[in-house]
Amino acid sequence: MSAAILGWSLLLAQIFLALAMAIAAWRIMRGPRAQDRVLAMDALYVNGMLLLLVLGIGTGRTLYFEISLAIGLLGFVATVALAKFLMRGEVIE
Amino acid sequence: MPDAALYLTILIALPFVGSVIAAFFPTNARNAEAWLAGTVSLTNLVITIMFLPSVRNAKVVRAEYEWLPDYGLNFIARLDGFAWCFSILIFGIGFLVVLYARYYMSPADPAPRFFSFLLAFMGAMTGVVLAGNLIQLVFFWELTSLFSFLLIAYWHHNQNARDGARVALTVTAAGGLCLLGGMLIIGHIVGSYDLDVVLASGDRIVSHALYLPTLLLVAMGALTKSAQFPFQFWLPRAMAAPTPVSAYLHSATMVKAGVFLLARLWPVMSNHEYWFWIFASVGVLTLLIGAFMALFQQDLKGLLAYSTISHLGLITLLLGLGSPLAMVAAVFHIINHATFKASLFMAAGIIDHEAGTRDVRRLGGLFRAMPITATLAMVAAASMAGVPLLNGFISKEMFFTETIESHGNSVLDNNLPYLATLAGMFSVAYSVRLIDQVFFGPAATDLPRKPHDPVIWMLVPIGLLVLICLLIGILPGPTVGGFLATAVQGVLGPQLPSYSLAVWHGFTPALIMSFVALIGGVVTYFTLKTYLSGNIEGAPVLRRLKGKRIFERAIVILSWRWARRIADIVGTTRLQPQLRLLLLIAMLAALWPLSAGALASGALALDVDWPFAVDPSFVLLWIVGCGCALGAAYQAKYHRLAAVIIMGGAGLATCITFAWLSAPDLALTQLLVEIVTTVLLLLGLRWLPQRLEDTGVRISFGARLRRLRDLGIAIVGGAGLAAIAYAVMTRPQINSISSTFLERAYSEGGGRNVVNVILVDFRGFDTLGEITVLGIVAITVFALLRRFRPARVSVEAPRQKRFQNQFDADRYDAPKAGIAAHYMIVPGLIMRLLFPVVAMMAVFLFMRGHDAPGGGFVAGLTFAIAFILQYMAGGARWVEARLRVLPVRWIGVGLLVAAATGLAALVFDRPFLTSAFQYADLPVLGRVPLASALVFDFGVFSLVLGATVLVLIALAHQSIRIYRAMAAAKAAETDAIEEAR
Repeated sequence: MSAAILGWSLLLAQIFLALAMAIAAWRIMRGPRAQDRVLAMDALYVNGMLLLLVLGIGTGRTLYFEISLAIGLLGFVATVALAKFLMRGEVIE
Repeated sequence: MPDAALYLTILIALPFVGSVIAAFFPTNARNAEAWLAGTVSLTNLVITIMFLPSVRNAKVVRAEYEWLPDYGLNFIARLDGFAWCFSILIFGIGFLVVLYARYYMSPADPAPRFFSFLLAFMGAMTGVVLAGNLIQLVFFWELTSLFSFLLIAYWHHNQNARDGARVALTVTAAGGLCLLGGMLIIGHIVGSYDLDVVLASGDRIVSHALYLPTLLLVAMGALTKSAQFPFQFWLPRAMAAPTPVSAYLHSATMVKAGVFLLARLWPVMSNHEYWFWIFASVGVLTLLIGAFMALFQQDLKGLLAYSTISHLGLITLLLGLGSPLAMVAAVFHIINHATFKASLFMAAGIIDHEAGTRDVRRLGGLFRAMPITATLAMVAAASMAGVPLLNGFISKEMFFTETIESHGNSVLDNNLPYLATLAGMFSVAYSVRLIDQVFFGPAATDLPRKPHDPVIWMLVPIGLLVLICLLIGILPGPTVGGFLATAVQGVLGPQLPSYSLAVWHGFTPALIMSFVALIGGVVTYFTLKTYLSGNIEGAPVLRRLKGKRIFERAIVILSWRWARRIADIVGTTRLQPQLRLLLLIAMLAALWPLSAGALASGALALDVDWPFAVDPSFVLLWIVGCGCALGAAYQAKYHRLAAVIIMGGAGLATCITFAWLSAPDLALTQLLVEIVTTVLLLLGLRWLPQRLEDTGVRISFGARLRRLRDLGIAIVGGAGLAAIAYAVMTRPQINSISSTFLERAYSEGGGRNVVNVILVDFRGFDTLGEITVLGIVAITVFALLRRFRPARVSVEAPRQKRFQNQFDADRYDAPKAGIAAHYMIVPGLIMRLLFPVVAMMAVFLFMRGHDAPGGGFVAGLTFAIAFILQYMAGGARWVEARLRVLPVRWIGVGLLVAAATGLAALVFDRPFLTSAFQYADLPVLGRVPLASALVFDFGVFSLVLGATVLVLIALAHQSIRIYRAMAAAKAAETDAIEEAR
């Protein structure tokens, strides 16, 4: 029973996370400001990380956790670079 | 002689070995260098003399080694009487030149370079002479050109020396190229490059349809080398060389290589009227022009150079006559000319050395100041003029006799005696001028130095050569008879024509010609004496014959104008056409194999089972990915920043797809590359001028067409790539190599991560090549960025920065640096704290790489990101004040470590890059697999880290560099901003 609950919730979580990614992607496309795009991309990365976590729980393979760890640890670098670029016009001063 | 092959090899190899050793002596080791070079030449001289019994009576010694067996080419050292005679000249005069050079070269000149080149030249010349194979002969031939270039340009701070060397190299090396063509045709006609086979081929070359082209090509080689008309102009310019070089190369050896070659091929090529016409006419022209021009030279060495040209013309003429007796005279004159001209060059060097000038007009009355030099030079000059009782007289007499003989009854042949006498007159005239104006007359008063005789060792070489001149001149038969016979037999075979070496032949027509030339020469000189002392440069009439001017113009046209025009037609300096060409060629190359039927055949049926059930979230993910990819392409032109952000979305979708389809390695790599690429693009974006969608300018029809074409190329390229990927994925993998790798990864490579085992072990050599390329690319980018000049609009600080600075300046009193430092203070702190964490992750990825996803490449990228974080948080100056960032060194270490690991396998008698592995129990870390591949992987890690950081940091430094340059420019209050950068 609990396995079924877990299975269904995982599937739902997966779909919702993918939907969230799609919405974030929509914001990336539309903008309208560059700041919106950057924020949306950060959201996309976070959602992607969570999607992989859910996948990992579903399949029981630790390999997905490692990728999410990498996204979690390093995914923000691109965001920081973009933010810096918007704010100062130069990534490295 | 025991083991003749070994000694023959020593003859060629010893000078080269000596040359390498000489190069490593200290700069001022003149004595050691001279001892070394002297020992080498003397050893070779002794070996050559010991070969005499084995080459007498037209016998030949050979040594053969495999060289390029696939092409039927063997390295053959071959010594016959003629080569033997030349070897004696090379090593004998070489020894004397070394002795002379020891005292000639000033302590300020770098001795190792001189002696090293001289010995190498000696080796190359020996190689030419001892070549038993036509290709080998050309090889050493070109080597002599090369080393002569280096020797002429020895004083490379002197413009004349550089120019002279360049001209000499261009002319002689181009001739060598022609010669190679000629040799190839000869090889084709005869069917072998072996000199003995060629020489035994009788009339086959002469009667072949390709005889004329062969002859012309060989003639080009020989005539350029021996400075014959119309190529004579390089020799006078080569006089910028140090005098020992002139004495060695331009009297005795290199310029003789041309006539050596003619004599070498004489038995199989001369039996044709073309031979006579080409070489006899060129020879007589050169003889006359050279002698005439020599009379009007004001530079002592220039006079000798033109005289050499003239004497070489004489030898060419003799060889061109085609009769065996003329051949004897030619060989004899080669020997005689080498002796008197080498000594004259050395004497000229001494005069230059002691008096400080070589201008004949400024010199005078030197007999009193330097009696010994003067006496020796006078004897040598008399020999050059052909005065009786000297060796020059005897060979000139033989020459005159030969010109009288009939060789075909043509106009040229009938007039030869008169032309020869005329040339003889000039020859006497310039010899007399040399003696009279340099050693007699009023003593020169305005010399830069006070002349006196030099040290005895500088005079010994000249004395020896002059002694030989005298001995041959007085007692020709006993002294040089056997020597000459041996040499001539090497060319003509054991049957010698009857000739007599004697001073007195009775009242022959030749004697009358000599007499006329002597009297006429003296009269000519004294008639022209006042004219010559005047302010003239070069000969009248012929002064206009500017061989070198024509040559220079030809070089400019060939290497500059035409080359530019061709480059304009076939190439472009603009980036866009280059990229377009590159893409089109790549597409064609991809289409080539595909068009052979792979894509076109009906095998493209979609008959694979999907490996996964269609998951709605996966579909959504792909919609996101595809949408992002299309959006990025759409925005790329005018909204580059948006395109970069959107591309990040596509990258993430790819990364998750990889993870989903069980390719964790790829997912990890994709993610890291994505991040680094974003930062890289942003760094680059700073320097790109903004693009405006609507500039108000109407877009022309042509521009629209161009854009459409580019769009077409892009679509075809993308669609083609997709089609190939689709084709690969939709057909079953037959005989794939991957299953073998999967099976053997653990058993042979000791790793469970097959990708990593393939990279560092199975395909380690490929990886080594790839990281080498990566390192080269990174360093190239770095080098290019050092000369980076951004567009004018991008030079200023970005708008945001200017705005903020202005705002701060208006509002706060605090110093600007303080405010800038407070930017992103919270994220900055987090980023700084993350450095060890990310570094730890890199180590983790690296250590477990052999068994689980990770490895050197991924770890290197991760570590690079750790550095980028610090740069972004604190700025370049802050980081570099605290961390040692030496990317170039990391690249070097990475390459060395990787290569050394590969080489270590050789120590254990295994092939390059064999890997060994073992598990080790380490404290804290536990059981860790230790493969030697891990060390190799460390090399990969270090190189990837270095390359990534190098490129990113080099881009980041641009802003610092440019602001600094701007500040400097402002301070100087000049608008030379361009130069400052």
